[in-house]
Amino acid sequence: MSCFLTNSSVGKKLVMSISGCFLVLFILFHMSMNLTMLFSWQGYNAICEFLGANWYALAGTALLAAGVLVHFVYAFILTIDNYRARGKQRYAVTVQEKGVAWSSKNMLVLGVIVILGLGLHLVHFWSKMQLVEIMGQHASVINGQEFQVINGAAIMMYTFSHWYNVVLYLVWFAALWFHLTHGVWSMFQTVGFANDTWYPRLKCIANIVATLIFLGFAAVAVYCYFTSSPQLIDEMIANPLAH
Amino acid sequence: MAYTLDAKTPAGELAQKWSNHKAAIKVVSPANKRKLDIIVVGTGLGGASAAASLGELGYNVKIFCISDSPRRAHSIAAQGGINAAKNYQNDNDSIYRLFYDTIKGGDYRAREANVYRLAEVSNLIIDQCVAQGVPFAREYGGLLANRSFGGAQVSRTFYARGQTGQQLLLGAYAALNKEIAAGSVKSYPRHEMLDIVIENGEACGIIARNLVTGELERHGAHAVVIATGGYGNVFFLSTNAMASNGSAAFQCYRKGAGFANPCFTQIHPTCIPVHGTQQSKLTLMSESLRNDGRIWVPKKMEDVKAIRSGAKKPSDIAEEDRDYYLERRYPAFGNLVPRDVASRAAKERCDAGFGVNETGLAVFLDFKTAIERLGKETIKQRYGNLFDMYEEITDVNPYEQPMQIFPAVHYTMGGIWVDYNLMTTIPGLYAIGEANFSDHGANRLGASALMQGLADGYFVLPYTIGDYLSKKIQAPKVKTDTKAFDEAEKGVQARIDRLFAIKGTQTVDDIHKRLGLIMWDNVGMARTKESLEKAIVEIQKLRKEFYKDLKLVGTADSFNVELEKALRLEDFLELGELMARDALNREESCGGHFRSEHQTEDGEALRHDDKFAYAAVWEYKGIDNVPEMTIENLEYEFVHRAQRNYKD
Amino acid sequence: MNFTLKIWRQRDAKSQGAFETYKVENISADTSFLEMMDILNNNLIHEGKEPVAFDHDCREGICGMCSMHINGHAHGPSQAVTTCQMYMRKFKDGSTITIEPWRSAAFPVIRDLVVDRSAYDKILQAGGFISVRTNSVPDGNAIPIPKADADESMDAAACVGCGACAATCKNGSAMLFVAARVSSLAKLPQGKVEGARRAKSMVAKMDELGFGNCTNTGACQAQCPKQVSIAHIARLNREFLAAKFQD
Repeated sequence: MSCFLTNSSVGKKLVMSISGCFLVLFILFHMSMNLTMLFSWQGYNAICEFLGANWYALAGTALLAAGVLVHFVYAFILTIDNYRARGKQRYAVTVQEKGVAWSSKNMLVLGVIVILGLGLHLVHFWSKMQLVEIMGQHASVINGQEFQVINGAAIMMYTFSHWYNVVLYLVWFAALWFHLTHGVWSMFQTVGFANDTWYPRLKCIANIVATLIFLGFAAVAVYCYFTSSPQLIDEMIANPLAH
Repeated sequence: MAYTLDAKTPAGELAQKWSNHKAAIKVVSPANKRKLDIIVVGTGLGGASAAASLGELGYNVKIFCISDSPRRAHSIAAQGGINAAKNYQNDNDSIYRLFYDTIKGGDYRAREANVYRLAEVSNLIIDQCVAQGVPFAREYGGLLANRSFGGAQVSRTFYARGQTGQQLLLGAYAALNKEIAAGSVKSYPRHEMLDIVIENGEACGIIARNLVTGELERHGAHAVVIATGGYGNVFFLSTNAMASNGSAAFQCYRKGAGFANPCFTQIHPTCIPVHGTQQSKLTLMSESLRNDGRIWVPKKMEDVKAIRSGAKKPSDIAEEDRDYYLERRYPAFGNLVPRDVASRAAKERCDAGFGVNETGLAVFLDFKTAIERLGKETIKQRYGNLFDMYEEITDVNPYEQPMQIFPAVHYTMGGIWVDYNLMTTIPGLYAIGEANFSDHGANRLGASALMQGLADGYFVLPYTIGDYLSKKIQAPKVKTDTKAFDEAEKGVQARIDRLFAIKGTQTVDDIHKRLGLIMWDNVGMARTKESLEKAIVEIQKLRKEFYKDLKLVGTADSFNVELEKALRLEDFLELGELMARDALNREESCGGHFRSEHQTEDGEALRHDDKFAYAAVWEYKGIDNVPEMTIENLEYEFVHRAQRNYKD
Repeated sequence: MNFTLKIWRQRDAKSQGAFETYKVENISADTSFLEMMDILNNNLIHEGKEPVAFDHDCREGICGMCSMHINGHAHGPSQAVTTCQMYMRKFKDGSTITIEPWRSAAFPVIRDLVVDRSAYDKILQAGGFISVRTNSVPDGNAIPIPKADADESMDAAACVGCGACAATCKNGSAMLFVAARVSSLAKLPQGKVEGARRAKSMVAKMDELGFGNCTNTGACQAQCPKQVSIAHIARLNREFLAAKFQD
């Protein structure tokens, strides 16, 4: 049993499916957390404080990193396999078949965009928060201002006060949307839970999940862009948890 | 020297013959089976089922097919179903009834004992196929469904949608794969048998051409089984697959195997008509369409002309101006007369000038009445896929305009002569399925071809071959470096070299199309002494032209489809003449063989049981010599012969 | 009708291939695609050239032998038909038609448009059967099978083994072909006995022969001449994973 996950096509796909499912669940959790911003930035910071660099958050982060890594590495292994299986000689003429989603044929490209976005995201937030805390510090300096590691709200408000960051994040969310419209129903197919009756339902669920995730994240970014002001950020820095 | 034909028909009561025979013949012990090699040529229903069963028994089997996989064999194209005397419908079916219907359908020109055995094992076939996972149609209760077919008054046809042949072949092919995996069967796809090797009067191997590399290979065995189907493609246009051919059977005939009743050809009445000179094959529309479709041509010649010129649509012709000629001529059976009768009636109308397309060779199959009576939806449910296929091919919507149909060559009842053991006149050489002549007489009933292929392969040959092989248990492996193999291979090489050396101007297809026309016009649906004599002369002329003017490109040592076709055409050019000779000899009409001189006052087939109740077995005497005929008398102990009547 | 044909020509498996351009003229709209190829070939032979090799046999859409990639589509632009069932009226008069062989590492070219599909036979030999001996079986009606199950089994069994699925798949995956067989037998009680063994050995053989990994694009289903559904792939996944977790 140990080897079919690495040496059989269906086994490898199972790994993609399970790791993908885990990542989707994490993203949904992350999105729900972000939505707190819309109602109370202090509440958001309370969650940041609760997570912080505690053992359970660190374990969660490690698991998450492993999930991303597995999903990413397997994607490359599968793609290389598939490229080889296609043969050296390529078709001179190809078309997009009817009923075949564009995203389904471009999952790797979409995945790479998502990973790049993730890198940017880690630089913007994780490196200013959990990483700093792991290093034993309690605050980091951004553009001359000192942000406490639990002050996710202020960092977010600051980041999205710049229009170009908002645009970059929206592109990232869009790539994720495409990736998920195929990925979510596809993981059901891979574990064998799918049939002709359920395809429309699963694809509908996939579209709903992908759209919810897109809207949830995008709403917070756009909200921050429009509500941010130097005074608000100063106020947040001064008193991250107070009412 | 004429043959001494011993059909080896067992004595005793009809129902006991097969049991008695099985008890009497010898068997080979498992330890000895391992030492014996069998070659099976062809992987259709007969070949695949035989090879799988023989492999299972422990023999070493080699299979050869010309396609890229055994699964491509033309058995796959059979649509309707397979008959069996299960009596699941409780409609008083029985082995005897199936036997009787088959004998009668064959116009009393088949061997009683063989046909009874066929009916007897038919039930086993269904059990076998179900166990293999063939998804036969089922009723809501989960039990097997049946439908009715021509020539029977009971519902005994088992089916898998319109793809019964495909499903049965995939079952046999799966059984074959099981044996290939087990190592008892070795598969040689893209290989064509080009000669049979005979040593001391017994079959001992074949010469095969590897169709990819062009290499000639020698394969030795203690017995050889020919399961290569029929030779309908001698007509160029037929419902057969493009590569279906009579060559393997013809090599056996050349080497001394008797060829029986070559003129018995089945013409299927409902095919899509020829549209022009570029057509490559004819597409069958299922016989089931005649359940609801009505066949007609216009009564008035002016309407025929108007339809041909496009001035009128068929639907414009008023009811009273339509000639539903089958209903007119055969009130009792109407549109559901047997295949041979329906085909000849269509030809009669077209000969009289009432053909409805530009070539004058088509009649209408109309669903107007049925759609009015049952509604479009019902018709769609019954025949939707066929209607779609028709529209795809002709661009005419059959819900609005009638279909055009015309008869086409479909099946050959004649073939290599075999005895009750399915052995040919050459010891060690067997022929099964459509390749032999045994079970269908002068006309085959619908849904019986699949039955015969599988009966021979699963349930008859695996037993009867042991009787011969039991004498071979001391024989060593067949050596292929003998004089017999040398000569056979040299002969094949010489044939190939000769064809390349011609360097003429006509392609294989050019000549084959001309042969097809000669055959269709003179040895087709209606034959006369004059037409047959003319055909013989014309085929001989064409054969000379072939050897003088064939244009063959490419090389012998590569993948060369033209060479394959040329070799097959070379055989067809002799086989066509043999068919004409046999038809000329048979001065009677029976089943698919209609001699215009021999018909009743109403234009029906007139048999002459006093003179022709025999199988005509032909012996090869050289390419330009007249073959010699030997007679196997067909004794009818149990059935009384009668004239077929479909009027009342 | 007149057409310009861009056809892949390749002498044998070892040779380099290239496209060659031909013209065919006065083709009737009722001519089938393969008859058009026959006409081209007959012309080529008359010119003393070697004809284009292509696989074909029954020309009724059931044998699975024909295998051309036409204008970017396996079996051409028509839906749910094989190459042999396509007619020239589907093409625009005067247009250029590009014809290529199946392209997949597991289907090497033999000559021109002919490829070697023996990999499919090998997969079926690995387990695409029910191990019953001739004549040692129960009565056909001994095991009732729900009509819906028999119908679904038949849907999968309609596969003609032409190779269009693997040829179309951007991953060169043969999953639809393998799934059709596994699923057809898995729907029947007779097939369940060896179900686990079958799924495992057929998938292993498929992987061994160099076919790619399915990524659920559904292109195979879109180009399948028999419209075999990818729902059968889901069933194969289920059968395979269940079998593996029981090991």
